[in-house]
Amino acid sequence: MNNVTLPAYPGEQHINQVRVIRSEWIKLRSLPSTIWCLLATVALVVGVGLAYTTLRVARPPADPTTFDAVSVSLSGVQLAQFAIGVLGVLFITGEYATASIRVSLAAVPGRLPMLWGKAVAFGLTTLVISVPAVLASFLAGQSILSAQDLDIGLGEPGVVRAVLGSALFLTAVGLLGLSLGALLRNTAGGISALFGLLFAPQLVLGLLPESVSDAAYRYLPTPAGAAVSSVHQDPLALGPWTGFALFCLYPVIVLGLAAWQLRRRDA
Amino acid sequence: MIEARKLTKRYGDKLAVDGLTFTVSPGMVTGFLGPNGAGKSTTMRMILGLDAPTSGSVLVNGKPYRAHTAPLREVGALLEARSIHPGRSAYNHLLALARTSGIHRSRVDEVIEAVGLAGVARRRAGKFSLGMGQRLGIATAMLGDPHTVILDEPLNGLDTDGIRWVRALLQSLAAEGRTVFVSSHLMSEMALTAQHLIVIGKGRLIADTGVAEFVRAGSRSVVRVRTTHPDALAPRLSGPGIEVSFDRDNTLTVSGLTTDQIGMAAGAAGITLLELTAEQASLEEVFIDLTRDAVEHRANTVGATP
Repeated sequence: MNNVTLPAYPGEQHINQVRVIRSEWIKLRSLPSTIWCLLATVALVVGVGLAYTTLRVARPPADPTTFDAVSVSLSGVQLAQFAIGVLGVLFITGEYATASIRVSLAAVPGRLPMLWGKAVAFGLTTLVISVPAVLASFLAGQSILSAQDLDIGLGEPGVVRAVLGSALFLTAVGLLGLSLGALLRNTAGGISALFGLLFAPQLVLGLLPESVSDAAYRYLPTPAGAAVSSVHQDPLALGPWTGFALFCLYPVIVLGLAAWQLRRRDA
Repeated sequence: MIEARKLTKRYGDKLAVDGLTFTVSPGMVTGFLGPNGAGKSTTMRMILGLDAPTSGSVLVNGKPYRAHTAPLREVGALLEARSIHPGRSAYNHLLALARTSGIHRSRVDEVIEAVGLAGVARRRAGKFSLGMGQRLGIATAMLGDPHTVILDEPLNGLDTDGIRWVRALLQSLAAEGRTVFVSSHLMSEMALTAQHLIVIGKGRLIADTGVAEFVRAGSRSVVRVRTTHPDALAPRLSGPGIEVSFDRDNTLTVSGLTTDQIGMAAGAAGITLLELTAEQASLEEVFIDLTRDAVEHRANTVGATP
C-alpha cells in the first residue's frame, strides 16, 4: 500500500487469437451466471427428457413403428435451448451493461479477435457440456423405454447422428444467442430477438395458406435445426445435415453483422 | 507520448470535442482539466480507439492505438471506476485481461498487491466501494507495465490516504519516464499532482501550460478594505484598470491596487482603515474564471464551488 512503485514487467505481451480465446474462457468460467445457466441446461436436457420418457412409457403408443425413441429421450433439448441461448446473449451483453466492454476492447483494440474469441470459447464450452448431457439423457431414456420394448440402440442407423446432432443444435442456439447479443448490445433485446427468431416464424407461417406454409416450413430456423436430432424424417423438413447447415447460417449471418458493426460503432 | 491533432467528436448536432490539438509528453504528470461535460472522457476514449473521431487524429507513442500489437504495454487506462462485471472477482477480471497479451499470472498478483486489494481480490466485485473500484482500475492500468498511463478521474471516491497514494504513484510513474495523463474536474487535485495542464471547456482547448504559469497568468489579486468611510475612500481609489466594489459591513473589494497604495491613499485623505487584506485568488477560482464561459452544466456547479 505504501509502496508507490510497481515492479517492471519485462515479458513479451503481444496479442494473438489463441491468447484472446483463453481470456474469453476465463471470463466465461468466472461468472456465477455461467455456472447456473450451464447447470440449468444439463438439468433440463436430462430432467425433462427423463420425465417425458417416463410419461410416454406409461401410455405406450398403439403403433410402435411410429414411435421415435430418440426424440422422446431427447425432448429436454427443446427447453434446454433457452437456457443455453440466454447464456449466449448474457456472455456479451453483460459486458455492455457493466461498461467492462471498454476495458475488453482497450485490451484488444482490433476488436474482432474478442468476438471470435467469445464465439470459440463459448461454442466449445457448450459442446463439451451438451454431449454428455444428451448422451446421458439418451441412455437413461432408453433404459426406461426398454420396459415396454420401445428402446433403440446407439448402433441403429441415424441414432448417433441424432444424439450428437442434438448437442450440436444446442451449441448453435447458444451461438445464435451470442451473436444476437453482440449485434444488439442489450440483454433484453438479445433474448427477445432469440426467442422471436426461434418461434415467431412458425406462428406467422400458421397464418398463411397451407400450400405456402408447407413449402416454407422447412427453411425456418427451428424446423431446419430440429431435423438433425430426430431419427424419423419429417416429410416437410429438410434432410438432417442440410437442415442443420441451414440452421447454422443464422448464427453465422448474425455474427457477421455483429462483427461488421463492432468495427464501425463506438464502444 | 500522446499527440492529438484537431481532434473532433460530434454526437448528433452536439460537438463534444471541438478541434483539440495538444501533446502529452513523457516524464511528467499532465493534468487534463475541465468542468463536467467538457469532453475529457470522450477525448480519452478517442485516444484509446474506443470512439472514432469525427475528424482529426490522435496518436499514442507514434501510432493510432489500434495499430499497436502489444496494446497493454503501450497504454494502461482507467476509464470508469467499477467497469467490471459485478459477478466476477477482481482477480479473474485482471487475469482475463492479462491473458489477452500473455501476461503472466504472477503479474496479476503483483498489481493486486500493489493497489492494496489483496484481501478482496477473490471476492465478487459487485460489493466493491467506489474507492475499491478505483484501485482496481489503477491495477488494470498498471497490468502491462505501460509506457503511457491514461486515468479518467482516478481520485474520485478515494479517501485521503488513497489520494496521497495515487499522487505518489503518478509522480513515480512520470519520474520513470512514462507519459502520465490524468483527468479531473477539480483544479485543487491537479495543482498538487500535475506539472503540466491541458484545460478544456465545451470541447475546446482553453490552456496548455505548466501549472505554475497557469496560476500566474490567471491569478488576480484583490484587496479587501474595511473602513469607517467607504464612500469617501472609493473615489480616491479610482483609475484605469482599478475596480472597486462595495460589500457589506463597510468593506470595499479593490482590484488593481496593492495594499501599500490603498493604505497611502487612505492616509492622505485621513480616512481610518479597520482592515487591509490582500487576497490571492485560489487555483479553483482561477479555473472557474477561465472556464466560466465554457461551463456546460452551470446550475450543477454553483453550489459546489468553495
